[in-house]
Amino acid sequence: MRNTLWETIAPNLTLLVISLAAFAAVIYALFLIGSRASVRWQGWLRYGIFLGPAVLLLLVGLIYPALRTLWMSFMDKTSENFVGFDNYLWAFTIPEIQIVLRNTILWVIFVPLVSTAIGLAIAYMTDRMKRASVIKSLIFMPMAISFVGASVIWSFVYNFEPNENKPEIGLLNAIARGVGIEPVNFLLNAPWNTFFLIAVLIWIQTGFAMVILSAAMKNVPEEVVEAAMLDGASNWRRFIRVTLPMIRGTVVVVLTTITIATLKVFDIVRTMTGGNFQTNVIANEMYAQSFRQLNYGQGSTLAVILFIGVIPIIWYNVRQLRLERTER
Amino acid sequence: MRHFVRRRTMLGVATLSVAALALAGCAAEEEAADVAADSDSDATSEVAAGCEAYADYLGNEGESVEIYTTIIEPESTLFQESFLEFEECTGITIEWNGDQAFEEQIAVRVAGGTAPDLAIFPQPGLLSSFAGDLVPASDALSASVDTNYTPDWKNYGTVDGTFYGAPLGANVKSFVWYSPKTFADNGWDIPTTWDELLTLSDEIAASDFAGNAWCAGIESGAATGWAATDWMEDLMLRFQDAATYDAWVDNSMPFNDPKVAEVIAEAGKILKNEDYMGNVSAIATTSFSEGGSGVVDGSCAMHRQASFLGGILVGDYGATVVSPEDTDVEGGISTFYFPGVSADSTPALGGGEFVGAFSDAPATQAVQLYLTSPEWNNAKAALGGWFSPNLGLDTANIADPVNAVAVEILQNATTFRFDASDLMPGEVGAGSFWTEMTAWIAEDKADQAVLDAIQATWPAS
Repeated sequence: MRNTLWETIAPNLTLLVISLAAFAAVIYALFLIGSRASVRWQGWLRYGIFLGPAVLLLLVGLIYPALRTLWMSFMDKTSENFVGFDNYLWAFTIPEIQIVLRNTILWVIFVPLVSTAIGLAIAYMTDRMKRASVIKSLIFMPMAISFVGASVIWSFVYNFEPNENKPEIGLLNAIARGVGIEPVNFLLNAPWNTFFLIAVLIWIQTGFAMVILSAAMKNVPEEVVEAAMLDGASNWRRFIRVTLPMIRGTVVVVLTTITIATLKVFDIVRTMTGGNFQTNVIANEMYAQSFRQLNYGQGSTLAVILFIGVIPIIWYNVRQLRLERTER
Repeated sequence: MRHFVRRRTMLGVATLSVAALALAGCAAEEEAADVAADSDSDATSEVAAGCEAYADYLGNEGESVEIYTTIIEPESTLFQESFLEFEECTGITIEWNGDQAFEEQIAVRVAGGTAPDLAIFPQPGLLSSFAGDLVPASDALSASVDTNYTPDWKNYGTVDGTFYGAPLGANVKSFVWYSPKTFADNGWDIPTTWDELLTLSDEIAASDFAGNAWCAGIESGAATGWAATDWMEDLMLRFQDAATYDAWVDNSMPFNDPKVAEVIAEAGKILKNEDYMGNVSAIATTSFSEGGSGVVDGSCAMHRQASFLGGILVGDYGATVVSPEDTDVEGGISTFYFPGVSADSTPALGGGEFVGAFSDAPATQAVQLYLTSPEWNNAKAALGGWFSPNLGLDTANIADPVNAVAVEILQNATTFRFDASDLMPGEVGAGSFWTEMTAWIAEDKADQAVLDAIQATWPAS
């Protein structure tokens, strides 16, 4: 046993040593060339040596797959024949896919707005509070749970037992039964079920929004707040006129970051409803098309639509970050 | 255990190498695989006593063969147990790799150039989409399947005239699960025709029996809806003839044909009947395994599901599988045949798995061939909870009363047909057929709207 283990490791170790040595040799050679080169060439070499590997990996890992996906979205299911815009026509005319697009829009509107609003409220309310860290930790905790884990937890919260003689294991419906309200099959009835799924992501993202916004509020200069207080501004006015404008940039970054996370949402829908009962979203349908039904054309088309949806948000996010940098 | 340790270290070292030199990754993995194979060469290389039966598979000592499959714990343990003697005698190591995401990951692995040696496909339709990547069956395998299986089963593993997938296990779906004790206590008789089944359901619904006449569950994660497609298929075999069933499978009869509409209406008589089911829409959020549990605890009288359900009800819900005569066992469950239109029409619906090879290495072919031998099929069946369509399978090896009946049905059915959704193209069989049947139950979508929507997704070519 020990013998076999060593026999397995030894060749791999040798390989490891050789790889490391080769790596060192390449680096040494590059620096040697760099130091020998004329001053005019050194500048160019510097770019090449430091940017080259990153650009290469970017090309292989990002640019090429993106272009290939774009190309595949104009091909048929096996990527053999060119079909023009057929896949896009499919995405925008089939009723099932329209529901998918509608749901994605619902997610993108509600998750960032609600979670940022709640996060902002909690951050402001706990700003000058004693032992605020306890409350903040509790609210931040869902952030540490994986999406699939959160989905399983919430599946139990929403559980519905049709048979009245059997015990109800769903938290909400058990309470409903206890107080004599008709239990609801939360995950079944469209379009409300989409909102019950959205609640899960809000539950996760609120903590993130709160932590970032809370940190930004700590940066608001004390003098400004005190000046407003001396001028007799009410708490609400201080929040609207002083705090909010001073952390505006951060609020935008939080909003856009959550929006991007929401556009990609997949785990929650897949775990809780499998995309059934009219709760499907683009990312889940993209996966189903590509890897379950092996229709790479339609799967890629949905990926491209998702990509196009993300572009303006990223553009806005980057612009906002740049503006903030120039302000400081 | 040895494999476990080896794989861990391989992975660790490979990761390190990649970190050191990104492009060395692929080379490292190949190297590691070679090493894994070499270090097994201390295995026996001559025919040992008791290994005479394995003479056909010798000459591959030290090789290892990966089997990629949906079959996971606890069933996989019995598979591995059934391979022990083969591994001992031939020196071939079988690496069982069970993955619940098989249906999706197999495409990724094949496209990524890391296809497994052997893959167990749970649906012939999925196997056929990899025809370009699979290795056609060897002459020896083809001959073995000709001898040991009916031509039907060979046909399911054949794509465009080339035979790829050897049959493995089978299951029979035309079963109604019930509790013999509940039936005896209430004086109900086993129905032998579809009309009798409906009459009995009415009788139970009207009686003071505490539970519902039927229970059902079609939730199954991303595959939600498949249990409802089985109802359609079983009834298609009963209300239409076999030729119509075949035409339905290959879409030469469209999915929204009036004949299909007649069948979905019949299925609705039970599945969408609130008098029988209680809350119909909740069927869509009840898992298929929990759906059958009502038979065990008395909250319903009948449940239509395949032979494999027994294992789940025994394992998770404390049931005991009994024969129909054992009417005094609390929690005892058994099955009766899902009746046809008349008592003498006994078509059966079933399913099965198929082993396809992505490698033409002799060791891989030896394993694939061995899995079609009556010796292995009998050894595997003797371990319990499993049967196959292998003609060499001795029914005496099957202890479980339900599986014994299943094998009998498999061998005697007037018409046997393979699960239609498993034969249809993925867009339908693993897509719209599932989701539309789910909408049919969950959202009370109309019969014709469901059939039209499924037909609309049928691929053009």
